[in-house]
Amino acid sequence: MQTVKMVVTGPFNSGKTEFIQTVSEIDVVSTERKVSSEAEKIKESTTVAMDFGRITVDDELVLYLFGTPGQKRFDFMWEILSEGMLGFIVMVDSTRPETFKEARAILETFRAYAPTPYVVAANKQDMEDAWEIDDMRIALRLDPDVKLLPAVAVDRESVKSVLLELLGTILTEL
Amino acid sequence: MALKGNLRDFTITQLLNLVNLAQKTGSLIIEGPSETATITFREGKLAYAQVNTEDGGLGAILHKSNVISTAQYGTLKARAASMNDKELGLLLINSGYVSQEDILASLQTHFVDIIQRLFSWVEGIFHFDNDILVPGDKIPVKLDLENIIIEGSRRLREWEQLKDELPNLELALKFTDRPGVNLKNINLSVEEWKVVSFINPKNTIGAIAKANKMSELDIRRIVYGLLQAGLVELIRPEGVEQTLPGIDKAMPGKNKEEQKNLVNRLIGRIRSL
Repeated sequence: MQTVKMVVTGPFNSGKTEFIQTVSEIDVVSTERKVSSEAEKIKESTTVAMDFGRITVDDELVLYLFGTPGQKRFDFMWEILSEGMLGFIVMVDSTRPETFKEARAILETFRAYAPTPYVVAANKQDMEDAWEIDDMRIALRLDPDVKLLPAVAVDRESVKSVLLELLGTILTEL
Repeated sequence: MALKGNLRDFTITQLLNLVNLAQKTGSLIIEGPSETATITFREGKLAYAQVNTEDGGLGAILHKSNVISTAQYGTLKARAASMNDKELGLLLINSGYVSQEDILASLQTHFVDIIQRLFSWVEGIFHFDNDILVPGDKIPVKLDLENIIIEGSRRLREWEQLKDELPNLELALKFTDRPGVNLKNINLSVEEWKVVSFINPKNTIGAIAKANKMSELDIRRIVYGLLQAGLVELIRPEGVEQTLPGIDKAMPGKNKEEQKNLVNRLIGRIRSL
């Protein structure tokens, strides 16, 4: 049995856990805790170690999806999680421009850990106050050749589309 | 107990604050990754500062402050090499080349510059030695630390912001394709020109900083400005492995065809979800 892994990263509350939950065939093994910081009390709980989802391809191949903790104080986990990844997805909350700078920094950090293919998913595009994709590309300072994809982490087709785009990028770069 | 430790645990701001509040006399010696700074205090006030990799002589300081010309500096080095700073200062004042105020202002600026640079040091060890005072042949100043601490804290915030914006100095720079924008028509400072002259896909930002003897704060500030102005963009340096080692690591022992086959199986499975 061979296993490969992809990493889903991004700032706090960008939708990483939901993204993995939407396509995982197992209940996501999520290590969440109540949010303690007042500043981060946008949601009740957050990932402190990692999320873990699985998609069985066939008898010989399994894809694991790992979600990184979003809070900066757990960034020591990032390098460990990025080891041996096939590619990674940077989730960005399209409705929270104040997190764009952090998303950019996370992207740079992961690129430094492992120069594997990646895509950027502009999550929550179904929300009324979501930024336009073109505006986000400028704000995130993404090169034109980096895929910035509209996404809704709770929508299965949308998540599939992001994963397929990443796999397409991997195939192109092989 | 000896005042010594690591900059990761105790910042420059905290150290200066301590010296100020405790009205300390002596020298704070900070050993950074590539240079050592010695900052000397008298009753909690800044008296003298020196970095081991730089010429801290009065002639060099006056030249750096543009108080004397390059030609005058050359003459001083040739004819007054054996004089110490106090003797040289008296000679220059008596000869009418500079005033006492010029000398003190240049020294103060130079010492404060050294301390401000220290604020960007995050690695290093320090210790405070009560017995190391201003060398007898050097001209001391007497500067309150409060303003230096406030300015340093402001720089520290700027440093943290710049690090967030530009975390990786191992990337290289290239000029953006912006027809119609002529670099010659843009007003760049001398320091910015120095950086621009090294822009090349083979040079990392860190290497450019090293070539120009710039601190990480200075290079980040300049590159950030160039990025924001849309003049340059970040690229992976040339000569770095172009194939993606991460993929090979993710699929060890597989040749390209087997890797493609594996990715196609993943694509097929995701489509069927």
